[in-house]
Amino acid sequence: MPVTETSTSTAPLRIDSPVVCRILEGFIDHEVHKVGFDRVVVGLSGGIDSSLVTALACRALGQEHVTPVIMPYRDSAPSSEADARLVCERLGLTPELVDITPQVDAYFTRFPDADRTRRGNKMARERMSILYDRSMALGALVLGTSNKSELLLGYGTLFGDMASALNPIGDLYKTQVFELARAVELPEPVVTKAPSADLWAGQSDEEDLGIRYATVDVVLYHLVDERMRVEEVVALGFDAAVVEDVRRRVRTSQYKRRPPLIAKLSNRTIDRDFRYPRDWGR
Amino acid sequence: MSEAPPSGSASTVARQRVEPGAVADDSLLVAMAQIQPRLGDVATNLAQHLGVIGEAAKQGADLVVFPELSLTGYFLKDLVPEVAVRLDSDEVRELAAACRATTALVGCVLESDSSRFHNAVLVLGDGVVRHVHRKVYLPTYGLFDEQRYLAAGERFETFGVAAAGRARSWRAGVLICEDMWHPSSVALLARQDVDVFLCPSASPGRGVLRGEALGTASSYDVMTRTYAQLYTSYLVYCNRTGYEDGVNFWGGSRVVKPDGTIARDPAGSEAALVYERLERSELRRARIETPLLRDERHDVNDAETDRLRGRRNA
Repeated sequence: MPVTETSTSTAPLRIDSPVVCRILEGFIDHEVHKVGFDRVVVGLSGGIDSSLVTALACRALGQEHVTPVIMPYRDSAPSSEADARLVCERLGLTPELVDITPQVDAYFTRFPDADRTRRGNKMARERMSILYDRSMALGALVLGTSNKSELLLGYGTLFGDMASALNPIGDLYKTQVFELARAVELPEPVVTKAPSADLWAGQSDEEDLGIRYATVDVVLYHLVDERMRVEEVVALGFDAAVVEDVRRRVRTSQYKRRPPLIAKLSNRTIDRDFRYPRDWGR
Repeated sequence: MSEAPPSGSASTVARQRVEPGAVADDSLLVAMAQIQPRLGDVATNLAQHLGVIGEAAKQGADLVVFPELSLTGYFLKDLVPEVAVRLDSDEVRELAAACRATTALVGCVLESDSSRFHNAVLVLGDGVVRHVHRKVYLPTYGLFDEQRYLAAGERFETFGVAAAGRARSWRAGVLICEDMWHPSSVALLARQDVDVFLCPSASPGRGVLRGEALGTASSYDVMTRTYAQLYTSYLVYCNRTGYEDGVNFWGGSRVVKPDGTIARDPAGSEAALVYERLERSELRRARIETPLLRDERHDVNDAETDRLRGRRNA
């Protein structure tokens, strides 16, 4: 799909990076310690999201309390692992390496016709299962690395990369992730390369989505944060088809952002009329 | 604070000691207890309160202000009935007993005889509950859901706080967080000749776009300064700190003087026990300089309210 261009600026998304850093570092520190943990584990792909989360975790907890896990598949771009190692070097971390090729390939010998989406989802879920095993082994909480753009568009694997205990960057659009990544001085290659889920060779987020983050983020910001109607966003200078498409993606992916539906039977059904804070007694 | 902080390395309490020096003729030493309550754990929070009250009393504080729902934490949801206290509860008795020389404002869920649950502030002094304010405006929008769980209060009343050894008391009124967002609340207290607005809060930090600093902090900065200046009164704002379910509370407790200036830089986002001395002479000077309270036309306000009430009913 061709990438849609618009000239509408991302200026409304500019963030106050020091304030954001302070809140996110406090978030990691408080929410980790509150539940009796003092360490975290992060799946580090070498992309900007997981690199930023790793850096924030180091600032919040100290690098000796952060375990990055690099989980390449045989088709993963070699530059991804190189970038992940660069991030670790910069932050003074020793990563764990788990090659997911054997477990993914073993499964797909039974389903050789599986398309790349199925394979990509499987990889994301294998990585999740590894992170949760490392979580148990290390006594470390799993940090999530899904940003607000991905979460709103549903551009993630349910119970895969979307799974975590705490997600520090889930309220930051991709554009804002870039800004914060520069503020915490992530290595240049991590900040400048094209975003990719790297689930197959040459994959690109923006090609998958058919729209640039710089555009989709501003559209999402106006639809979600500013609560504008589609016509109001179009009036700002965006292509109507693009705005409609973004809105449709948000609507159709809503299920991914909610816990599974529970059939109502009793007077107190979990999450409907049985409502307790997660930090209950913490 | 003498009690161990409830959790997290970031909850270390910074202390600001009272500066030694001559005590002015008529002043009130206020301590703002910017604490981080543990959500739903009344026993732990009670111990922390007693520690803070003891510490502040040792420093000679006349008044200790705790944040909104300081005894329970804020995002309680279905915990509301489980953490509620009654005026005759042991927790309240224990708190009251700790407040002899010092008056304390403590935030709690207060259960009525008819099993209504209010977001309330207890004013404890002389060993008893001297006053109760039940939050009138319960925000139920955005991230707030108070009307689902809580009953609304209906009054804005005042009470006196006396500095130790002085006969003349300071007239005070309580505004709990969202109460402040409705200027009529402030006006009602001002009409009862308050000297100081006491504003316990549990304000979640949000709004991080550039140029905005922290959006909520900016709003409260404008609001607290405006009210103090327009009503030529002191305003004590005590917000909490810490995180609940990922939401941060931004602290920023401060005293605003009757001319609308902040007594000193507001507290940061960490737990702190901050002292400030309110001076009657400052209040007097501000009201001489800007006699807005003297000039307030309550007669016009009453007449217009009557007229509008008639129109609404017509």
